[in-house]
Parts: sequence; structure tokens; C-alpha cells
Amino acid sequence: MRKVSFPYVGNATITFKKLMNTFGNEVVLPRRPTEETLSLGTKYAPEFACLPFKIVLGTYIEALEAGADTLVSTGGVGPCRAGLYTTLHEKILKSLGYDFEMITLEPPGRHLRELVASIKKLVNRRLTFADYYRIIRFVWKELQLLDKAERLSHKIRPLEVKKGETTKTYRKCTELIAQAKDYRDLLEIEREIELLYERIEKKDYDPLKIGIVGEIYVVIEPAANLEIEEMLGDLGVYAERSMFLASYTFYNAVMDLFRMPGERDVKKLASPYFKEMCGGHGRESVGNAILFAKRGFDGVIQLSPFTCIPEIVAKSILPKVCAEYDIGFLSITLDEQTGKEGLRTRVEAFVDLLAAKRKNKLMNKKGDVAYGTLLGH
Amino acid sequence: MAHYLGIDVGSVSTNLVILDEDGEIKEAIYIRTQGQPIKAIQEGLRILSTKDKSWDIKGVGTTGSGRQLAAVIAGADVVKNEITAHAVAALKEIPDVRTVIEIGGQDSKIIILRDGVVTDFAMNTVCAAGTGSFLDQQANRLGIPIEEFGSYALRSKNPVRIAGRCAVFAESDMIHKQQLGYKVEDIIRGLCQALVRNYLNNVGKGKEILPRVVFQGGMAANVGMKAAFEEALGMEVYVPKYHNVMGAIGAALLAKDANVKKTKFRGFDASDIEFTAGSFECQGCSNHCEVVNIRMEGKVIARWGDRCNKWKVIDD
Repeated sequence: MRKVSFPYVGNATITFKKLMNTFGNEVVLPRRPTEETLSLGTKYAPEFACLPFKIVLGTYIEALEAGADTLVSTGGVGPCRAGLYTTLHEKILKSLGYDFEMITLEPPGRHLRELVASIKKLVNRRLTFADYYRIIRFVWKELQLLDKAERLSHKIRPLEVKKGETTKTYRKCTELIAQAKDYRDLLEIEREIELLYERIEKKDYDPLKIGIVGEIYVVIEPAANLEIEEMLGDLGVYAERSMFLASYTFYNAVMDLFRMPGERDVKKLASPYFKEMCGGHGRESVGNAILFAKRGFDGVIQLSPFTCIPEIVAKSILPKVCAEYDIGFLSITLDEQTGKEGLRTRVEAFVDLLAAKRKNKLMNKKGDVAYGTLLGH
Repeated sequence: MAHYLGIDVGSVSTNLVILDEDGEIKEAIYIRTQGQPIKAIQEGLRILSTKDKSWDIKGVGTTGSGRQLAAVIAGADVVKNEITAHAVAALKEIPDVRTVIEIGGQDSKIIILRDGVVTDFAMNTVCAAGTGSFLDQQANRLGIPIEEFGSYALRSKNPVRIAGRCAVFAESDMIHKQQLGYKVEDIIRGLCQALVRNYLNNVGKGKEILPRVVFQGGMAANVGMKAAFEEALGMEVYVPKYHNVMGAIGAALLAKDANVKKTKFRGFDASDIEFTAGSFECQGCSNHCEVVNIRMEGKVIARWGDRCNKWKVIDD
């Protein structure tokens, strides 16, 4: 039996494990990235590679050490170097002496035949069409539920009366989802999740709203962004990120297959500022910032791995876009740092700034020179 | 009369300031942190306790990268990030300030204000080139007291171009030019220009720098840097009298502004209490967080460093 492992990307790990099991594979569960993972990745990666590359490499090494013989990853269409990463990972790991097969899942719109061939390698059990239907329905629903549980946690955390309650509830939700066996379980769990969040005692006020844009891995995986969403929630801010795995997979795999516009409206929004594609999620960062502005958010935070070219391009465009739409902008560069203090300083100051800005807007006049306005109270 | 204490614990210096009700500075002290923040804070409190006993502290504010620690040791009512603190202090000194340049020991920042409100800011991201520590190190290498570094720069007529993007590049460039026989004055002025260029291009990138410009932080004491900023910006740069303790002033002002009913201040005697910091590695999950315990006379009074908040609640 194949022993399959894959990169750790947020909670999607739960679903991917079930999918691989159903296909008749054993799964070596990737660990949530730790400092150790990062050290491993940094040791063997090219010095100038970005943080996601290093974390994923570290994760692979841990999985191979734990007995995996097959690694599954997604490909990309470039021109960001992330499109090459799977190949590069494979080369590095083989040169370290690991014996395994790398299976790359390419986006179906461009490489349908390769994708089908890859999936065939992973299906090691006889499955009927009805089985496939059930699997797809289950996987899709589960990804949606995971996203839903997370979205709700970000919505409720800034309002919670008892600190830490939301985080606890969210953990409970993911545990419930992890235990689900079929579609009916998921429907029941969905109701339970709503109930659990409803039960949290909430304050009644309109929190500041901050949208998070940037490179997909550091946006989605909290271990790679120093848990910035939780930090914002604890500061009483509603944070929403532009990318969730379910919707991202949907737009980039399914819609792309049928050549339908999905993420394309984000690209369209970005096009007055950012015409050419520069790879990665640079253009999406700009488009999503505009979407957040149109939805009345107070500010946008961009997360980018150090040396990420698409985000460097976006970083020079975003200040202008945010000024035009009159919302605050903060860019955060992530690398190997694991100390949270520097991030907290910037985030706190940004929140102070947004609070003052909102207060000034409400007063609808120029701020008086007293420094009290700085604090927004 | 009511007084307010502000403490700014930075990487290089720990500053304490006492303000009176009118925001007048009664006392300001500047101590080197030397990697021992607890000791520095206590030393600061001890020095203050020897000055004047009649202070009636009604509020305490802390800021700087060691603000959490300072808050626990001194007993603070307000804990604020240094960007807000610096902006508050600059506004108090120059009400119509629109740009604050702050260069400290390990970080540098720019704060943009309009009509007395912070509208934008930036901090250096991944590189410490151009901060106080680097200049300190270079002064040391050239055998020039850091206090005189700036006046050397002012004496130069022909600055030498030094690479400013990265501290490593800057240092090797300086050494190579020294070896060729350029004058020390010219190299120092060139270095000041390089640091300013790096600051404007990195931290100040894309920011609209309008007068009045206030230059604060330890680096503002350097007249060479002030001159280089004025040259590059083409405008006057104002250095406040208490430029090196502006963060502490801001923290004290914020404490004053907070209108606390009863301060948490432990008193200046806190310098005699025994505080110790220790850490242990949590084995709860694969993160292996380094959890820090702050103890007062052996009893744990604060804890941080864990990602999951497992250790946040302290049992009595």
C-alpha cells in the first residue's frame, strides 16, 4: 500500500487525509509546522528561497522520516517560482538520499491529461462512479465546513466576552469535522457548529474590519504568519482573509477547467492598476484589497514572504490603491522570525491608526490636535 | 501635584521620564539596557527614587519592545506600542508636525501625521542597516567616541560614497575606502548620507514627507545625520530637546490621558524587589514553545511565549 503524505495547509489536511484513505492509501499525516520544521527546511533549501518553500521542504523531510513513500503536491502555472517548487523539492530530497515518488496535481484547465494520470496513481482501489460522486460530494462539503468554522471564529473572536472562548470552540469544531464519516454526519455537524458559536457570549459593537491579502501559503497557514488573525481578534478586530482553501480550489480547478470567470473578477478589479500577470497572487492581492474597500473595510494587511516577487510588485501598487479607496494599508514581510513582538507592535499601531481614522470620519470634521484622537476614544 | 511615569524599554536603552500634570518634564533618565531589561528598569527606578520623594505618581505607561516586561515590573496602567507613543510625544512638542523620523538602537520608523492624527507609518522590516547599533559599532571601529561622530561629518567637504543598502556592504565599502587613504571625516559624512539614503528608500519608501519634520530617537543626537537628512529632504529637520526619551514621554502622556482611577504602580521601591525571569520548554505539542516565567520573590506573576495560551492563566 502506498504511504502518502502532503504539505500541511491549514485544516485542509483533515479532508485530504480522508480522501487519500478512501482512495486506498495509507496516510502519513504531516505535522503542523514547528520551529523544528523550519530549521530542517532552512538547512536544505537554497538560501534565497521563500518561507513557504522552506516550511514545505521541512514538512516533507519529517513525513519521509516517518515512513512516507509518496508525496503529493499541487503544481502551478507560474511564472512565479512556486510553479517550479515541486520539482525543486523533489530534486533536493532525492539528493539527500530519500526514496519516494512525487506526484504533482496540475490545474485541470491546462494539464488535464497529466492530472488524470496523477490521480490514477493515487487510486489504489476499485471505485464505481457512484463512489466517486459520494467522495466528491463529501470532500467538497467538508472543505466548506472547515472554512465556515474558521470564518465564524474570526467573526466572533473580537466580540467574545470571555477571552479564549472562540479559540476553544473553533478547536472543538475542527475535531467534530475530523470525526465525520459521511455526508449526513457533515450536515449534522454544520448545525452543531452554528449552535456552538451562537452559545458564545458576545459584546454588541461594530469592530474594526481588516482584510488580509497576500501570498496564499502565508495567508492560509497560521503557523506561517505568527497567527496574525488570532492576534487581530484578540485586539478586538474582525479580520477576514481573501483566500480560503475551498473557494480557492473551486475557482482555480473547477472554474478554470470550464474557462469560467471566477477569480477573474478580482483580476478585473485589479486591472486598472495591474494589467500584466506577474505570477503568484500579486494581482489577486490588489484586486482583493479593492473588494475589501468596496465592502467598507477599515484597512488591508498584506502578508508576503521575504523575496516573493509577485508580492513585491503588489506592495508598490497597494499604497496607491488603498489611498484612492481611502482605507489603511500595512505590509508585513514574513521570514524565519518566530518572535511575535515586532509583528504585534506594527499591528497594534495599525489598529490605533484605523480607530482614529474611523473616529474622525464619524465626527466628519478635521481632527483636533489633542493626542486623544490618536487612540480613537 | 499629580505626576506620571513613562518607561520605554528598547534594545539599546531604557528610558524613564516623569511628567507633571501640565506635561512638563520633571526628570528624564537614559540607561543602557545591555541585554538585561529587568535590571535596567529597576536601576532606572532606583535612580529616580534618589531624586525627589514628593512625586505623587498617578499613572504609569510603558512602551518599547520590552513594554510587557516593564509593565509587570513597575506596575503599568497603559501598555502601548512605540509608534503611537512616539507620535504622541512629537505632537505634544510640535503640534503641527507632519512627519516623524525615529531611529533607535535596532529599529527605525517613519510616522506620517495629518492634522494631528497618524495616517501612515512604516518600520524597517528585515535589516538593521542604518540603525543606532550599526553606527555605534562603526564609531567603535574607527576609534571615535559616538558623541563626536556627527561633528566629524560636519567637518567634511568631500563626502565619500558608501554603499548603504546593507550593513555588511556598508562596512566593507568603508574599510576598502579607508585602506585607499580617504579621510575619516569624508568617510563618516559619506556613511551618514548612505544611512539617510537607505532610510528614505527603505522605511520612507512611497511616503509623502512634508514639513514639519521631527527627528527623534538616539540617532537624532548625531548632528551629521541631521545635516544629511536636511540635505536629502531639502527642508529643515527639527530635533527636540528630549529627543532620546520621546518614547517614554509618549508613554507618560498616554498614562496621563487614560485618566486611571487608581494606578497599578508598585512604587519606586520596586527596585528592591527580587524579579527573576526563567523559561521552560512546554512539551504539550510539537511546537515546543519556550515559555517565560516572570517571578516576583519566587512567585510567578506573569507568563508568556506560548502560542496556544495554555499557560496564560496563572494559578494562585
